[in-house]
Amino acid sequence: MIVIVDYGLGNLASVQNMLHKVGGECIISGDPDVIAEAERLILPGVGFFATGMRNMRERGIVAALDHAVLRQRRPVLGICLGMQLMARHGQEGDALGLAWFDADVVRFDQKRMGAAKVPHMGWSVIAPRYDHPVLPMSDNEERFYFVHTYYAVCERPADVLADCDHGYTFTCVIAKDNIIGVQFHPEKSHRFGMALMQRFIDWIPA
Amino acid sequence: MKRVRVIPVLGIDRGRLVKTVRFGDPRYIGDPLMAIRIFNDKEVDELLVADIRASKARREPDHALLKRMAGECFMPIGYIGGVATADQAKRIFDLGIEKVGLCTAFLENPSIVGELAGRYGSQSVMVCIDVARSMIRGQRAVGCSGTRPSRMTPEEAARSAVEEGAGEVLLHSVDREGTFTGYDLELLRSVVRSVAVPVVPLGGAGTVDHLAAAINTGASAVAASSMFVYKRNDVRSILVNYPSKQELERLVANNPGSEVP
Repeated sequence: MIVIVDYGLGNLASVQNMLHKVGGECIISGDPDVIAEAERLILPGVGFFATGMRNMRERGIVAALDHAVLRQRRPVLGICLGMQLMARHGQEGDALGLAWFDADVVRFDQKRMGAAKVPHMGWSVIAPRYDHPVLPMSDNEERFYFVHTYYAVCERPADVLADCDHGYTFTCVIAKDNIIGVQFHPEKSHRFGMALMQRFIDWIPA
Repeated sequence: MKRVRVIPVLGIDRGRLVKTVRFGDPRYIGDPLMAIRIFNDKEVDELLVADIRASKARREPDHALLKRMAGECFMPIGYIGGVATADQAKRIFDLGIEKVGLCTAFLENPSIVGELAGRYGSQSVMVCIDVARSMIRGQRAVGCSGTRPSRMTPEEAARSAVEEGAGEVLLHSVDREGTFTGYDLELLRSVVRSVAVPVVPLGGAGTVDHLAAAINTGASAVAASSMFVYKRNDVRSILVNYPSKQELERLVANNPGSEVP
């Protein structure tokens, strides 16, 4: 059973709709006991970084996630804010994150962007750096739907799985061990997102 | 490479897919769920659903229908129509719809925009400015399905919407709606200059060239309704359609100066 983590922010229904479409059994839960025992997790989210972390702390979700992801090594997919929360710090509200990655979440720098506008809203093609079971290298163009103002900057280049361009190049997928986080919205990205969700469901981390 | 979003707008009224001309009497087009399925197959960039008379009739959004639509929609989807309070917006977001558009509510109570933006983020809140020309006063933002003119010019309304926290402005020309005569580019240019957020024109598009003209004028995305439900702009033949990948790529190729790098 996949647990879609409910911490009071975000697009839970659309993630559930997409999982149903690809045949994944899932429940939406904010119960720390359910989260700690999950076989597989999706950490979705749309909203404010500091609010997301505060909500998770208040509900006892941080410890439950750490248990499932770091100790039990369950596969986890972070989406949008859910991915950003995996970093150690978020500029949005100046808050500490889950710190699963040596990464910081920063705002797009308008001075470097030319005519590109913030938020980055729309479809963009992504460029994977290496082959990953959830995001295999492909000759075909993979495009996904983005809506965001902040993005993750990884200290360790090995944690960056894919890049994207909006005014300048930024990291759009981070991954290590049993953890993967995407800045875009697979649940809103047609067959590209469906295929990614399918591969996540099937993923057995080494 | 980033493509400019091309957004079909589906008008709904009492559970049916409908289409109007210059905000006149709605004409029955078909089943909204069927349209969603077709747009899924065509891999549409984004959809907007507009309950065209919800505010005027003081009617609640059609949650049952919206839930079914969102459940089948694997692309970004926004909703406009009859949302005036944070509670009403929450119900829409909970269905799996990520953007709510405010039109009449923004004119009647602008602070609702900030309330929603503070809770869900600016990217989730679009203000829809319906613009109609009056003989005496020129173009004004209008509410309640075009029946209630405000004192604000389109530019004033757009600036106010953005000050309140809107992440996007849908600029809807009542006078061009359903006419296939092209967008009101003068209006678009002027509103784009007035605000820093994405401006999306709606009303008048009939061809891919019309879409391209709007992008060249500064639109961050383009929206259209009639063009995507009638076959070759012939109102006698209903056909849900969307430009081909080649046509959409032409939009990018022609527009080096827009949002596309």
